[in-house]
Amino acid sequence: MAVPGITALLLFHYLPLLGNVIAFEDYQPFLGILGSEWVGLEKFSILVNGDPAFVNAVKNTLVLTLVQVIFVFPAPIMLALMINSLLSDRLRRVVQNVLYLPHFLSWVVVVAIFQQLLGGSGLLNSFLRSRGAETLDIIGNPDLFIGLLTSQVVWKDSGWATILFLAALSQVDQSLYEASAIDGASRSRQLWHVTLPALKGVIILLLILRLGDSLNVGFEQIILQQKAVGSEASEVIDTYVFNYGILGSDWGTSAAVGLVKGVIATILVVGANKVAHVFGEDGVYRS
Amino acid sequence: MTTTATRVEPAAETTNTAGPGRRRKSSRLNRPGVPESLLKLVILGFAVLVVVVPFLGIVSTSLSSKEHLDAEGGFVLWPDAVNLEAYRSVLSGGVVTRALVVSVGVTVVGTLLSLLVTSMLAYALSRPGSFGSRPALLVVLLSLLFSPGLLPVYLTVRGLGLIDTFAALVLPVLVSGFNVIVLRSFFMGIPAEVLESARVDGAGDWQTFTRIVAPLSKAVLAVVGLFYGVGYWNAFFGALIYLNDQSRWPLTLVLRTYVLNNTQLSAGDLSAGAESLPAQPALQMAMLLVSIVPILIVYPFLQRHFTKGVITGAVKG
Repeated sequence: MAVPGITALLLFHYLPLLGNVIAFEDYQPFLGILGSEWVGLEKFSILVNGDPAFVNAVKNTLVLTLVQVIFVFPAPIMLALMINSLLSDRLRRVVQNVLYLPHFLSWVVVVAIFQQLLGGSGLLNSFLRSRGAETLDIIGNPDLFIGLLTSQVVWKDSGWATILFLAALSQVDQSLYEASAIDGASRSRQLWHVTLPALKGVIILLLILRLGDSLNVGFEQIILQQKAVGSEASEVIDTYVFNYGILGSDWGTSAAVGLVKGVIATILVVGANKVAHVFGEDGVYRS
Repeated sequence: MTTTATRVEPAAETTNTAGPGRRRKSSRLNRPGVPESLLKLVILGFAVLVVVVPFLGIVSTSLSSKEHLDAEGGFVLWPDAVNLEAYRSVLSGGVVTRALVVSVGVTVVGTLLSLLVTSMLAYALSRPGSFGSRPALLVVLLSLLFSPGLLPVYLTVRGLGLIDTFAALVLPVLVSGFNVIVLRSFFMGIPAEVLESARVDGAGDWQTFTRIVAPLSKAVLAVVGLFYGVGYWNAFFGALIYLNDQSRWPLTLVLRTYVLNNTQLSAGDLSAGAESLPAQPALQMAMLLVSIVPILIVYPFLQRHFTKGVITGAVKG
């Protein structure tokens, strides 16, 4: 019974993993992986020789990661704290169900919605025009692109991300609140000494996962909007691999970039997990 | 890795639904002040509006008349009429209808295949001692740690001759290691005696699986199936790189062309008379809604099964 599933994994997961050898070859599609010439580390030279397009992609990736950790990560925690404090169960459920919904929409739909609201002929600009005010160029403005991407991620996923925090909050021992209140703790003190420690495990777990994921910054989301703002503002490592590899047929170099990215991501997860253990948390796994 | 983060929640939801009753009573001790509660309600209300208003706009725009849309600039929050013309044009044949058929087909076939293959694998792995189950488990677990990268997967799909086939949209994402692990841990909770008695009654592995294990796991299968389903329905990138033939495009790619890139839908793209073509914004929003409705339909369903799956899981401990 395991045969079909294992076959699928071997064929589309492990075989491509081996296919990464093209990073060490001068890969020619008509010669195939076995027939192409072996060139060693030549294709990796792009990592050190300061190719401007590549440096730009790395820079954008890191900036986006940083901005998103700062703005995207805390949003669901705050939302969860507010939802958790709602006293009416029915209201809680309504709010939760509405806020979870955007997670299930495809990026095409999300980007289209943002375009309808903020684009040149969107809701906001139509309103401004009808008032005779200046229109705002938000979509397609390279300077605002990072902000736009970040707000889309917040809109789509911060509701959904509350689930884990809400589950952790419902596990908090209520007698801790009573005890701390009797000891004279104010609500903000309770938040700091009871609630947040209860969320610590989940927060660390999610930060680790985010770290391992830090070189992945919304590939589909960016590909969909790249044309409007140009590659200088929008190229990240993944889109670089796509644009130069699949569209540009520069197979070897793109594979080398992709491979290095994969290795770094694995190291980041394993490393962050070790750090979590040092701090006495379980992290993602324990061996 | 993100998928892992978002997928942990079937179990998480359980504890959440179990929680509230017990949780309420103590908040009396340190009640929040009025301004604080008000601020919270305002913020949450705003968050809810930010999600709801775009949907309202999509529906309203798709129903509005051409004159109304021209006057208001394209996207409106309230319709001047209930005009179903846009839906009629979009769904009466042509590009969008074809894409809808493709999307539905890929989603239905893909989800069923994924569920079947994933649950079979999970069942085999849940019975330790069956032939080769240890190396197979390792294959699944390691697949979670390393991702092969965009380019090699593309080359593999191309090497297998799957470019421009619907199989390219299904096979590379057929099995998610994470879902295997979720189902496996659920199957492991089924008491060995139950399976033993089936075997005594003469059921083989396959019969045990279809007659005993699958019916016992309906709720968790529904949750996993819905995750696969949403994945197939929303898939964009696979279709973008594997399908050159536009007549095979799923809805997501058609949306990108006609809604995001603002390519005008002509009468030739739809099988409608040119004179009767509704306004472009109405057509675009009708298309968008057509792609959202299936999700809205399964959504309440998903919620219910979540809770059910959770309770079953909780009882089993």
